Amino acid sequence: MGKRRRDIPEINAGSMADIAFLLLVFFLVTTTMDIPTGLQVALPPISETPPENSQQKKREVLEVLVNSADLLLVEGDVMSIDKLKQKCKDHLTNEGRDPSLASSSTKAIVSLKNDRGTSYKMYVQVYNELTAAYNEVRDEYSMRTYGKSYSDLSPEREENKIKDVKSKYPKKLSEAEPVNIGVK
Amino acid sequence: MSKFKKDGGRSTPAINTSALPDIVFMLLFFFMVATKMRDREMKIRTKLPQATEVEKLEKKSRLHYIFVGPPLDETLGTSPRIQLADAFATVDDIQTYITMENAKKDEAEVPYMTTSLKADETVKMGIVSDIKQELRKVNALKLSYTAAKAAKD
Repeated sequence: MGKRRRDIPEINAGSMADIAFLLLVFFLVTTTMDIPTGLQVALPPISETPPENSQQKKREVLEVLVNSADLLLVEGDVMSIDKLKQKCKDHLTNEGRDPSLASSSTKAIVSLKNDRGTSYKMYVQVYNELTAAYNEVRDEYSMRTYGKSYSDLSPEREENKIKDVKSKYPKKLSEAEPVNIGVK
Repeated sequence: MSKFKKDGGRSTPAINTSALPDIVFMLLFFFMVATKMRDREMKIRTKLPQATEVEKLEKKSRLHYIFVGPPLDETLGTSPRIQLADAFATVDDIQTYITMENAKKDEAEVPYMTTSLKADETVKMGIVSDIKQELRKVNALKLSYTAAKAAKD
């Protein structure tokens, strides 16, 4: 060595990069980036007594059936999935105008029934559409009354508003226990 | 190199790499912040379905995971299997698993525990319904159908 003469010798930081690279590679290998996201569902608690289905008036319930061939039946009619959201919104915001749909938004129920052979993909799509209908209806109501969309209401400061929107459009989305129709 | 050399034999000056550690540390901190630890080995394939109305799951410590899908190891067949923690399981194991996991947690946290169901999109609803029934039996009523975020149309 001895190229040049210096008063204070430089500290050799050349291996610093190697150490940092080592740590970097370690973190690249051992970590993942995905943040879990999903459709939230509240399952009903198990009860011994059978539910009082007969008490519900038929007009309050929007029946959605998905069969093992992933076909959709809404209130007895075959329907494609892109029309489901609108149908569900009509049902929730009907307020007694159409005699075949719900008499009031607080009483409206959506019943989702599936077959054991329904694919999970289709089921999630249908569930997603129904959730979207609820979210949009709540958004529109919140926009009209508070001038703010439902998702923008802050849970800390505007708790009452959120409660009001929720009580106006309660999410009564029931998932029935699966039936075995047409399984060979 | 030799063609750059003068007769005197002066070697080329070394490239200044003193900023390299800074750059690498910056990358390192980015990955440390943006990622989370991988804590289980997947034995099954889960290609998640897509949905637009997904919500972020709040606390990772308040999650149970159940995986359903066809095994990655093709010698095990293609019919969907359930994976709990690192091992294959059956529907009957779910109750025990959830109870055991809950026992590890603080008692006050148990009502907030959410089950994250990661199922492959090809799975049939039969097995999913069975899992839902088992979860109801152990009173684990908060469920999340894990789905990838799709763009709204």
